[in-house]
Amino acid sequence: MQLPDGLVAVVKRDCPTCLLVEPVLRELGAAVWCQDDPDWFDGDDTSLELSHRLGVETVPTLLRVDGGRETARTVGWSREQWAELTGVPGLGEGLPDHRPGCGSLSVDPSRADALEARHGGRLASRRVQLADLEDEHEALFDRGWTDGLPVVPPTPERVVRMLRGTTCDPGEVVAVVPPDLVPCTVEKVAVNAVMAGCRPEHLPVVLAAVEAACAEEFALHGLLATTYFSGPVVVVNGPVAARVGMNSGVNALGQGNRANATIGRALQLVVRNVGGGRPGEVDRATLGNPGKLTFCFAEREEGSPFAPLAADRGVPGDAVTVFAGAGVQPVVDQLSRDAESLARTFAACLRVNAHPKLPLAFDAMLVVSPEHGRVLREAGWDRTRLLAELDGLLRLPAGELVRGAGGMAEGLPPGAGDGDVPKFRPGGLLVAHAGGDAGLFSAIVGGWVAGETGSAPVTREVRV
Amino acid sequence: MTTVLDPTGERRPAERAPLPRPASLRGRTVGLLDIGKARGDVVLDRLAELLAADGATVRRYRKPTFARVAPLDLRQRITEQCEVVVEALAD
Repeated sequence: MQLPDGLVAVVKRDCPTCLLVEPVLRELGAAVWCQDDPDWFDGDDTSLELSHRLGVETVPTLLRVDGGRETARTVGWSREQWAELTGVPGLGEGLPDHRPGCGSLSVDPSRADALEARHGGRLASRRVQLADLEDEHEALFDRGWTDGLPVVPPTPERVVRMLRGTTCDPGEVVAVVPPDLVPCTVEKVAVNAVMAGCRPEHLPVVLAAVEAACAEEFALHGLLATTYFSGPVVVVNGPVAARVGMNSGVNALGQGNRANATIGRALQLVVRNVGGGRPGEVDRATLGNPGKLTFCFAEREEGSPFAPLAADRGVPGDAVTVFAGAGVQPVVDQLSRDAESLARTFAACLRVNAHPKLPLAFDAMLVVSPEHGRVLREAGWDRTRLLAELDGLLRLPAGELVRGAGGMAEGLPPGAGDGDVPKFRPGGLLVAHAGGDAGLFSAIVGGWVAGETGSAPVTREVRV
Repeated sequence: MTTVLDPTGERRPAERAPLPRPASLRGRTVGLLDIGKARGDVVLDRLAELLAADGATVRRYRKPTFARVAPLDLRQRITEQCEVVVEALAD
């Protein structure tokens, strides 16, 4: 709408200052729009569209318009400022010199998101209108946009609210998402984060996870297409984890925490909806694993024998690490009270990762629980020491690994050598710390094809 | 009426019809792409013998790893050098 030249004001009748300046506005002959009473002045802005477009935060707001463009603005009532703007001295005889205004209805928290969604013009996604007779949850299933569980309908208002969780521009491209190699904007991540059930404060973590998962070395296309079990597992480090309500303690790898559940789910929905990676199509997993719905947890940094995982990988502070993980294998050791014995238990359990006779083929992540972590901490073992001990314990005699050995056809081809073969490639075993206070149990999250031939873990900063 | 935002990439890829299948492979150049899976070579070696016996010229290619998509230059080489391609996946 083109503003008339001259003086333009926005008021609301519920505002005592607006009531106070009514005679002044009438005397000035200003074009006045009212937010809450269409009949008070000639202008009706009960839709609040004009107020929103003008960025009105306080009423009364008085503007000078020249050639359809705003050239001056003042808010509230100030005789001096109004005189300066209008060029009319001695306005409002009998009024106090100054009165602050009231909040504009257009910035009322209950209305602002809807106004931004309707008039903001920042959202580029196609708008899909669901028919009145459609159940909105069924409609989203029908369009193939869910992971098999209900999603929160991504209305423009909810997406606007989600975008308040980041300072990034909605149009900024976060990553190019496999398998369709689609440039994915912050807005598309926000749409899928709404659907996953995220809160706005979760969005920066989701953005970092999408960026990490789409890094070349993570090999997301192959990870998706493989017949193997794995999918992206997200580990979160830094103060952001507690601030957004993530769980690193009791049942850290399980259900029941909204941030853990929805951040991991949002990543998977981005892969599905933006990247086009759907099970039975490009995703050819023989069995899959339930973590492909969501698999995300925070590292328990307090009381950990280790430096934060991301910091050890070169990204201190708020960060995500994505790992191509394939489900959880328990490690039970209720008797080891010294680090050497516990390390031998870890090694024995890690040896069977994927197959006890397949070395260097699959990565793994060992999630050490606090009670096991205490044994390491009291022995003064950090991550480097533990990994060095495990490396020594996981050198496997080649003779036990060849095809046919142990009566099993699976194994290394003949001629693999007589020496020892390491179970894991360098960097192929991640170690994290998480879990509740009680329980002498740790967990192995089996990985996927290792390193340069497959997926390498990726760590990225969470930019809040 | 509820309005929702499209969560997809909103892409409509152009669809291209496949080339007509050749009536015979005699005299044609056939590319065999080994995607890098274990024992894929067993399948392709035998296939190469059979194709050669049928009078086809066989060219062999290999992806660096089955876990990643074929590099662009490999795809371009196959496109330039072959009329027919067989992609082998074996375990």
